[in-house]
Amino acid sequence: MKHKTFFWFVLPSSLAMLLFIFFPIVSVLIQSVHVDTEQVIKEVTNCGPFGCETISSIDQEATQALKQDNPLGRFAGFTTYLDRRHLAIGEISTAWRSNNGMGDFFKQLMNLPFYKALSFTLAYTFIVTPLVILFGFVIAVAVNSAVKWVRGPLIFFSLLPMLVTPLVGALILFWMVDARGVVGAALQYLADDPNLSVKASTPLTWVMLMVYGVWHSAPFAFIVYYAGLQSVNKETLEAAMIDGASRWEQIRYVIIPHLLPLTTFIALMQLMDNFRVFEPIVSFSAEAHATSLSWAIYNDLGGETRQLSSAAATSVLTILGICILLLPVLVRTWRDFSRK
Amino acid sequence: MILKKLTFAVTLALSTNVVLANCGDINGRVSIIGNEFPAIQTVAAAAATCASDSVTVESNLTADYQTINLPGLQGNPAEYTTAVITNSSIVALMNEDVIRPLDELIAKYGQDIPKSNLITIDGKVMAVAFMANAQHLAYRKDVLAEIGVEPPTTYEELLSAAEMIREKGIMQYPVGGTYQAGWNLATEFVNMYNGYGADYYKASDSAEVAINNPQGVATLEMMKALTEYMNPDYLTHDSNAATAEFEAGNTALINIWGSRMATLQDNEGAEEVVFSNTISGGPLTVAGGTTPATALWWDGWSIAKNISDEDAEASFVAMANGIDPSILNDDTMGEAVWMLEGYTPSAANDGVFASIKAGSKSFPMLPYHGLLHTALGDNLSDYLQGKESAEQALADTEAAYTTAAKEKGFL
Repeated sequence: MKHKTFFWFVLPSSLAMLLFIFFPIVSVLIQSVHVDTEQVIKEVTNCGPFGCETISSIDQEATQALKQDNPLGRFAGFTTYLDRRHLAIGEISTAWRSNNGMGDFFKQLMNLPFYKALSFTLAYTFIVTPLVILFGFVIAVAVNSAVKWVRGPLIFFSLLPMLVTPLVGALILFWMVDARGVVGAALQYLADDPNLSVKASTPLTWVMLMVYGVWHSAPFAFIVYYAGLQSVNKETLEAAMIDGASRWEQIRYVIIPHLLPLTTFIALMQLMDNFRVFEPIVSFSAEAHATSLSWAIYNDLGGETRQLSSAAATSVLTILGICILLLPVLVRTWRDFSRK
Repeated sequence: MILKKLTFAVTLALSTNVVLANCGDINGRVSIIGNEFPAIQTVAAAAATCASDSVTVESNLTADYQTINLPGLQGNPAEYTTAVITNSSIVALMNEDVIRPLDELIAKYGQDIPKSNLITIDGKVMAVAFMANAQHLAYRKDVLAEIGVEPPTTYEELLSAAEMIREKGIMQYPVGGTYQAGWNLATEFVNMYNGYGADYYKASDSAEVAINNPQGVATLEMMKALTEYMNPDYLTHDSNAATAEFEAGNTALINIWGSRMATLQDNEGAEEVVFSNTISGGPLTVAGGTTPATALWWDGWSIAKNISDEDAEASFVAMANGIDPSILNDDTMGEAVWMLEGYTPSAANDGVFASIKAGSKSFPMLPYHGLLHTALGDNLSDYLQGKESAEQALADTEAAYTTAAKEKGFL
């Protein structure tokens, strides 16, 4: 393609990306380095059905005057990033100096909201992503080797988890793993422990969230692999068969190398998606056991008093996290590209 | 969704028979945002009877109203012209200065509204309250009769009753509550902390938090003692789940919202042995204190600031019509503790009345309390799960609150 044609070809999408992705990110960046102006408090009498009392209230006139002078709020630099809810540099250095061994330091670290959220987010990302790829591949190979006429219904059923709205899918599982639900009661029977509760145990909640994640995302990997399987070179496959390759050897030496570029693509998408894990935590009411970075953003914005700067700082840190995660995959893609 | 619309239409149709719309000469736009429970649906339906050729009335009633009412009122003109709020959720709207003083509108259209319903802040009326709410005990009288004890009036008595119910093998987890991590758990902390009678802040004019004290620790210890008798999933139980557990006959002693009592006592969703034995008890005290371990709430409505005076007048008149005493009939009477003329309490409302009579504190209406509520909701579950000490959980809460309050400019 000529450069000029290419330019006109990508212009609309570039403009849209600039408008709807780049500028909002810049605004989030600016928000994250500002905090609200000082709130001027005055004492007022507050009367209602339960009697009168003297309470603090915001002096709107004085506060508005301050806000007019600084519409963006006070410039705070990176203080929001370094505070206790984010990187918590001060708390970590205190914990480092005054801990009773590594275990205690680790415990103090996990008590900080950002690191608690990060630990689950990373565990989720690195456990769910490979499992999604594995299950997606297995299902694709299985469906592909099925008789032609059952493939249509099979594909439909395999895709169902992805078609179901995440919140609804998670809610269904949430009720099933309840101590009185099908799965919950079965687990109690299997473990021979009538008090076993998935929702009350942190490790089991993590497992439940990850099982949900794999269940929900495997169809995506499946459909990509299934599409890839249709383009496997039949002659190479036949040649392998004539050479006496077993079914497993055909998969290992013909199909897997053929699908490798797709694996990079799926890994890229899944790393991004899983790092932003959010819906299952809300629909499983799992916040007591597992929080993620996206959940932290939601929590800052969902309270009665919205904490925009804190949410903005977590957003920027999430974007940075995704960049770091994707770096190896991107470097690999770039190398493959330049080799060609 | 269709069902919801249908019930709304039916309530609307029913109430039009009863309510004679007295909307006077108004024209403009009325758009209501509010929480979703029967009492508020009744008010919104009555307000909707003011709809005419010159007045449009819309309402968006949702459990998520707290997160959307502020953005919905911030625009200019605002999307919503009136918000149904509580003594807690009005604070966020006042903090951002998006609701208007109602004094002029009351002088013009609201002479009939009793003075005691007006929420006056710094000499200006900011909201009109129409119902009271509080969390209090609900119990199964048949279960208590079986173990031979009187209905508990203190949390200590409740614990010993719970132990007896378990020992007798009647129920494994007899206690219920709204302990879902987040907003609900924080509300339960506020209830219990009120019972111990300590202050939340260092001084009445200070935003410096002071909950990490012996009373705070005792509050958490009592909450943990209660959770020993709760279904292990208690950290996922909100009002809906707690109500369902009780209706299923799995719990016998729960601390629940007064506005849920009608649901517990009706014959839907529960067996007869459950609903016919469900009694609305009073609020409980704790540790020999006299102030009940609960908080008083009112529900009321405010009018948006960023709308035309015409729309504000239309909204005021429609909402005043929405809380006209004529909305009270056999069906709506038990929906809430209405602060309206002609209201006769039913047995379902005993708990809230007892809470008011016993001198319960009202929920703190401070501009920074929302931040403390969020911090409490995020940090208390670690202690209840045995992951850290009570002191550590309170210290974490204070640290989280202080960070947030600094960012918002309160400290």
